[in-house]
Amino acid sequence: MDLFKIISDIEKVDPEVYERFDTRRRVFKHMSGLGKKVTAATLPGLLSAMFQKAYGQTSGLNADIVATLNLALQLEYLERNFYQTALATTSLNLGSDAAAIAIIRDDEIGHIAALKQVLGTQAFNGGNDVPAAAFDYTAGGKLPNPFASTANFYATAQSFVDTGMRAYKGGAPKLMSNKDILQAALNIHSVEARHSSHVRMVRRGGLTAAGSTTDQSKPKSWISGNENGGPVPAVTAPVYNAGNPATDFPAESNIMQAGVNVQTNTTPPMNQTITTAAATEAFDEPLDADTVKAIGRMFRSNTTLGQSLFA
Amino acid sequence: MSKITQPTREEAEVAKPLFVPIKRRSFFMYAGATAGATALLLAGCDDDDNNSNDPNLIDVGSGDTGILNYAYALEQLEAAFYTQVLTGGYYTSANTNAAEKQIFLDIALHEKIHADFFKTALGNNAIQGLTPDFSAINFGDRASVLNYAKAFEDLGVAAYNGAGRYIEDPKNLVLAGKIVSVEARHAALIRDLISLNTFVGDDVVDFSLTSATARQEKSKTPAQVLESANLYLAPGSKLSANSFK
Repeated sequence: MDLFKIISDIEKVDPEVYERFDTRRRVFKHMSGLGKKVTAATLPGLLSAMFQKAYGQTSGLNADIVATLNLALQLEYLERNFYQTALATTSLNLGSDAAAIAIIRDDEIGHIAALKQVLGTQAFNGGNDVPAAAFDYTAGGKLPNPFASTANFYATAQSFVDTGMRAYKGGAPKLMSNKDILQAALNIHSVEARHSSHVRMVRRGGLTAAGSTTDQSKPKSWISGNENGGPVPAVTAPVYNAGNPATDFPAESNIMQAGVNVQTNTTPPMNQTITTAAATEAFDEPLDADTVKAIGRMFRSNTTLGQSLFA
Repeated sequence: MSKITQPTREEAEVAKPLFVPIKRRSFFMYAGATAGATALLLAGCDDDDNNSNDPNLIDVGSGDTGILNYAYALEQLEAAFYTQVLTGGYYTSANTNAAEKQIFLDIALHEKIHADFFKTALGNNAIQGLTPDFSAINFGDRASVLNYAKAFEDLGVAAYNGAGRYIEDPKNLVLAGKIVSVEARHAALIRDLISLNTFVGDDVVDFSLTSATARQEKSKTPAQVLESANLYLAPGSKLSANSFK
């Protein structure tokens, strides 16, 4: 095994490999210091330690990153268990969309795995899985049982996917100190948005059903205005309303972007009209961590683990 | 739209689909020894060189202004595409489903809103208006329109995701985030229109369940994105992003 050839090969796909080992010199130093002790038996362990040091950042994560990723992780558990329960409820006939829900469930499984790898021992619940029993998907009885009908299921699913999308968006600035983690979070964020698009399409009645800006039960694939408060406004209005502070986390009905009124600023194409709805749809809005947690707390069960969620 | 040029046969033959291989880079590199092992497996992949400092290319510039211009360029391309869709035979046909028409009108408005927003926000720092080359696209054919819409939307998502790491001002990062999720909504719906339940696919998302990049969008570097985008821009409107490597 030629270690330096390996590192050189890694450099071809990861030009920053030497920086990850701090510097090229440090790699050599590290090796030479242990040189006499390196044997065929100890080399694998040494290699593992080097890569862990270079690529693992568990010990170096700042508090903002840990808090942001752990909130994301809890939302992923909320969603994964939700879809998993739906798929396991045979009386809930998802029909051909069961395949789509399985894809979304698997996406959340992957996100959980990736987030836990970054967080290591600092992951929520000590890195242990959070089962469905930690959640109450009726929000304390304020929502109908989502597993009793597809209408209920897609309504609650829409609230979750839109909350998740806004949470990742709001959390992104807190990840800027680590570009690789930021990029991973952005790459999850857009997948959540894809979920939202699909869930909304199914909810409004499929590909041939037109979306409505006035009937929240027929949502477009994009968030239009404040969605009239969403499926059950008493519970779901915060999913679309402003966070705190509202200047940084405006409601989904916002049309002012970086000081520009994007409705009046736009020259419409082909004699069309830029409606207020279109101006709100063109931009999704971020949500702050405290507002996201307040939404999450509505969906935790009375178990000890449940009560530790979204604290 | 006076900026939309008529295609020539020669250009049409040069034009290729947007689907270029993903050149893997380093964002899986945070997760420990397993990721290191993944890097080993990928070490055999070729790394294409991209053009640089070509005087015939419009460079998007540097810093956050450069990233915003990069976004402005892509939004111009999308806005021009959907504007042309609105006049094409597929959209105007009486046989086209009303829900589909609504979808394309909505997206056309969204993209024009994005493009005009960046133009205003950038002010004097904005790059020029770009002239697209859509000669490869048959605007009378549903499949052609849907497939190119999918390509442009997926490219946009991968572009914004890959650009986030270069942004310095948190406000601009959030701004990009506000737009990329709308592009992802477009992409997912267009993909479902092409084939139901392909809103997420392994061409755009890593389908591993366990890796550090598990179920994450495959973001692209500016160089990778512009290699694709330049196929749909006329000579004199093709782009480079030399400050973002």
